[in-house]
Amino acid sequence: MSGKWRAGWLALYRLLVLAAGLAVLEVLCAADIIDRLTMQPPHQIAIDLVHLIASGGLTRPILRTMSNAVIASVMALGAGIVLASIIHRIPPLRQALDLVFSTWYAVPVLAFYPLFIVLFGLGNLPQILIGFMQGVVAVIVSMLDGLDRVPRVLRKLARTQKMTPLETALLITLPAAAPWILTGAKLAIMFSIIGVVASEFLMARDGLGFEISYAYNNFDNARMYPLIVLVIAFSVLVNSLLFRWETHLLRQRGLKP
Amino acid sequence: MTSFTVRTGVLLLLLLALAGIWELLFLYAGEEALRSPLDTILALVALLKTELFWGHLMETARAFAMALTIAVVTGLTLGLWLGFHRLSGEILIPMLVGFASIPKVVLYPLVLLAFGLGLPAKVAFGTMFGIPPIALSTISAVNNIRPVLVKAGRVLGLGPAAMARIILIPAVMPEIMTGLRVGFSLCLIGTILGEMFAARRGLGYLLMTAIGLHDVSLIMALTLFLTTVAVCASAVLLSVDRRLRRRL
Repeated sequence: MSGKWRAGWLALYRLLVLAAGLAVLEVLCAADIIDRLTMQPPHQIAIDLVHLIASGGLTRPILRTMSNAVIASVMALGAGIVLASIIHRIPPLRQALDLVFSTWYAVPVLAFYPLFIVLFGLGNLPQILIGFMQGVVAVIVSMLDGLDRVPRVLRKLARTQKMTPLETALLITLPAAAPWILTGAKLAIMFSIIGVVASEFLMARDGLGFEISYAYNNFDNARMYPLIVLVIAFSVLVNSLLFRWETHLLRQRGLKP
Repeated sequence: MTSFTVRTGVLLLLLLALAGIWELLFLYAGEEALRSPLDTILALVALLKTELFWGHLMETARAFAMALTIAVVTGLTLGLWLGFHRLSGEILIPMLVGFASIPKVVLYPLVLLAFGLGLPAKVAFGTMFGIPPIALSTISAVNNIRPVLVKAGRVLGLGPAAMARIILIPAVMPEIMTGLRVGFSLCLIGTILGEMFAARRGLGYLLMTAIGLHDVSLIMALTLFLTTVAVCASAVLLSVDRRLRRRL
């Protein structure tokens, strides 16, 4: 019970920190230290956001960004699981790829975006591919980690029951590696959102990232700031939901207190 | 030694496969969209001989060095504070994790309006990318210090300075190094992204101009250069990282 109370207090403190930050911004705006052309005061941004959402003008870009991010993360998850299963069986390949995986997130993936546009046109595919490239390696790495930890006795059990490789995967390895697959899925979803929004921002015809850069280029602060707030709120929300789900599942398995 | 030879061999094969896929893509897409691997390397060599390139490179290097310094100092301070002070940690760590999950490009208008076009804006951008991984891994390093080590120090009657030098720093170093490696990479990506939007100089700016002019050779040569540099730097840091971990 005291744990719950403590969590409540912590959440309250967190809200207070956030409120203090907003209050500082509000005062700076009111005192004209930040002028209106640079940034609207926070309460104005909140009002604009409500208006924007109520007008329904954001439904299309939100749906576009979300569907692209979903497609990218599903692709990353599927390809990641399959690739990891193959790589796990071939140790020398894994040793060599280890270097690729550990340096993958150092590669400026967005630098490939222009190439993708030239190759595939300015549709949804380039954004999805960037989201996929951001996500897939995280899935592979955590899936390999999970496969390493499948208890040997379970593999032996599969052999004694003369299971086919498909049966072994469905009944033994995948369920045993589930917590690590979930960690991979969490990262894939987050990285896909980041990749899709960032590429929309660079060059696209649609989506939340595009809307922000369009509003910015037109000095449309009344539209830009609410959009930025929306993207931030959206990614923080998704992230915290995934985090809760992960903690819940790990507790069920007794992997976390 | 043999495992090393095998690994180098497989790595070479991988590079060859990559070049093969690239060549096939080139054959499929044609001169209009891509350059072949060989042409790209030639274009890069030609680019490396121009003074223009080195000017932009130095500009990027300067911004990156500044961003990395700020990110390392801020990230370590933040990480040590939130790691050792429990209440601040419990309040602020979720907010830090939240910040890490934001697609930071969308903050670019804010950064630009706050700092204007130029060096401070791209440094701010690089810093923003670099701080979260460094801070988060420092926090987890501090949380993972084994209590028995601290107890051993206390039993031996170590003062605060000796405790830090002999016990705490060696205990947290490997994990912090991992954070520094990731922070280094993200800081570089952030700086280049910052240059793509918020600068008139630097490699990111050069890439953006190339995209605007549809100069495929330049786009590909620059992408190859940036990727190679990023991967090599990351590989060097990775080997330092592994050596530190093995010592523990």
